[in-house]
Amino acid sequence: MYPEENLYSKDHEWISVQNDIGTIGITDYAQHELGDVVYVDLPEVGDTFEASEPFGSVESVKAVSEVFCPVGGEVIEVNSKLEESPELINESPHQKAWMIRIRLNNTEELKELLSSEEYEEYLEEQSGE
Amino acid sequence: MTPVQLRKTALNVIHRQLGARMVDFAGWDMPVQYAGPMPEHLAVRAKAGIFDVSHMGEIEVNGANAEATLQKLTCNDVSRIAVSQCQYTALTTPRGTFVDDLLIYRKSPDSFLLCVNASNQDKDYEWIRGNALANTDVVFRSNDFSQLAIQGPRALEILQPLTAMNLAGMKYYWFAQGKFAGIDSIVSRTGYTGEDGFEIYCGPAETEKVWTRIMESGKPFGLEPAGLAARNTLRLEAALMLYGNDIDETTTVLEAGLGWICRLAKGDFIGRDVLLRQRDSGVKRALAGFEMVDRGIARDHYPVKLEGAPAGRVASGSPAPFLKKNIGLTYLPSDRAAVGTEFDVIIREKPVKARVVPTPFYRRA
Repeated sequence: MYPEENLYSKDHEWISVQNDIGTIGITDYAQHELGDVVYVDLPEVGDTFEASEPFGSVESVKAVSEVFCPVGGEVIEVNSKLEESPELINESPHQKAWMIRIRLNNTEELKELLSSEEYEEYLEEQSGE
Repeated sequence: MTPVQLRKTALNVIHRQLGARMVDFAGWDMPVQYAGPMPEHLAVRAKAGIFDVSHMGEIEVNGANAEATLQKLTCNDVSRIAVSQCQYTALTTPRGTFVDDLLIYRKSPDSFLLCVNASNQDKDYEWIRGNALANTDVVFRSNDFSQLAIQGPRALEILQPLTAMNLAGMKYYWFAQGKFAGIDSIVSRTGYTGEDGFEIYCGPAETEKVWTRIMESGKPFGLEPAGLAARNTLRLEAALMLYGNDIDETTTVLEAGLGWICRLAKGDFIGRDVLLRQRDSGVKRALAGFEMVDRGIARDHYPVKLEGAPAGRVASGSPAPFLKKNIGLTYLPSDRAAVGTEFDVIIREKPVKARVVPTPFYRRA
């Protein structure tokens, strides 16, 4: 379910990193909690965000959910397909529905994130509460 | 602090078995969604949905002066409804604003059942009792009734096989009392979705049986359980008022655009002088329907700006699942509330363009 090569935040974002470029989206758990996504708000290329700063939002019929940048960086690409087809977030949260690519400020920040195994344990703890 | 115990409807266990997501709504543990607001909303528009709305309050007004009491307390004309007929109306304050909006059922010449909002039921009961004329009994009946709403184009076909009452011959805003699924019930052709449909009142102990029989009957027609989230988007597409959002004790019946329930010629009632003055001099603000022109979803309470100046907040705002637009209701100065007027909704600190459009947003064919 949660690709092993990616890292995860407790806010339910995933990041896939190659060198200093990170691709970011929301997790399957997050899309499931949200329900049918009808709207996605993305930043613009060139915008910069600190770790844990909101960079966009995802909305269902009922709810607005902010999406947080798991690590700091500058946006170098956004997946504008999501503006036309927000349902991709539900259909393919970990593949087609990547949201932004950033150039990382500091790869050290990645150490704060969870592995897929740790993230799945975190989800289990949450559901146990 | 002791957590407040949420009240449960007779169907609480059934909702949980169906996998509903439950929320605290006006102190009740209610299903907000089952499959999700989107599929539930679309099921009601295309087929049918069943809603547990047992949180709604019921108050009876009986006696020789029951009609006169309701004439004094409400702005619509109760004398116009026959036995077995319903009426949408409002309990008005001396300022012409809303104590509540409600349905009145005339059960006999001298006996009325009022269906009121869950969050207002205690306030309404005290208000009616405090203002009732002599020879009027006001009875709090909320604990004696569950209420189910079956809404959608297939509702009649689903329900008719379960009763000898002639539902097919029942006109909009009429009702009948009799056996439904073998249970003593009141069935009215009313609803809060903009679709054809019925609302059924029965005793809490029998509700599970009624629900189960309707679910069985509805299976071949695609009946789906639907929660409060879908109920809200359905009513908003139909531009039906939500107390607490669109109307309350600060908004008058005329400002809300409900002139059609304001029978100023019927004689005196609480708030009439204010409403007469507003009718003659015109309202200063009016509830307007809008749709978003630019990308963005207006949500309840988002700020509104007219030519850059603050102009209140969105009363109700949401994506409209059937219309596939982002719509809402907001109060605007009445000279700026005409169809076509553009203004901004502030979404995450950014102005996003919206335009006044005619309401209802959705009208069934």
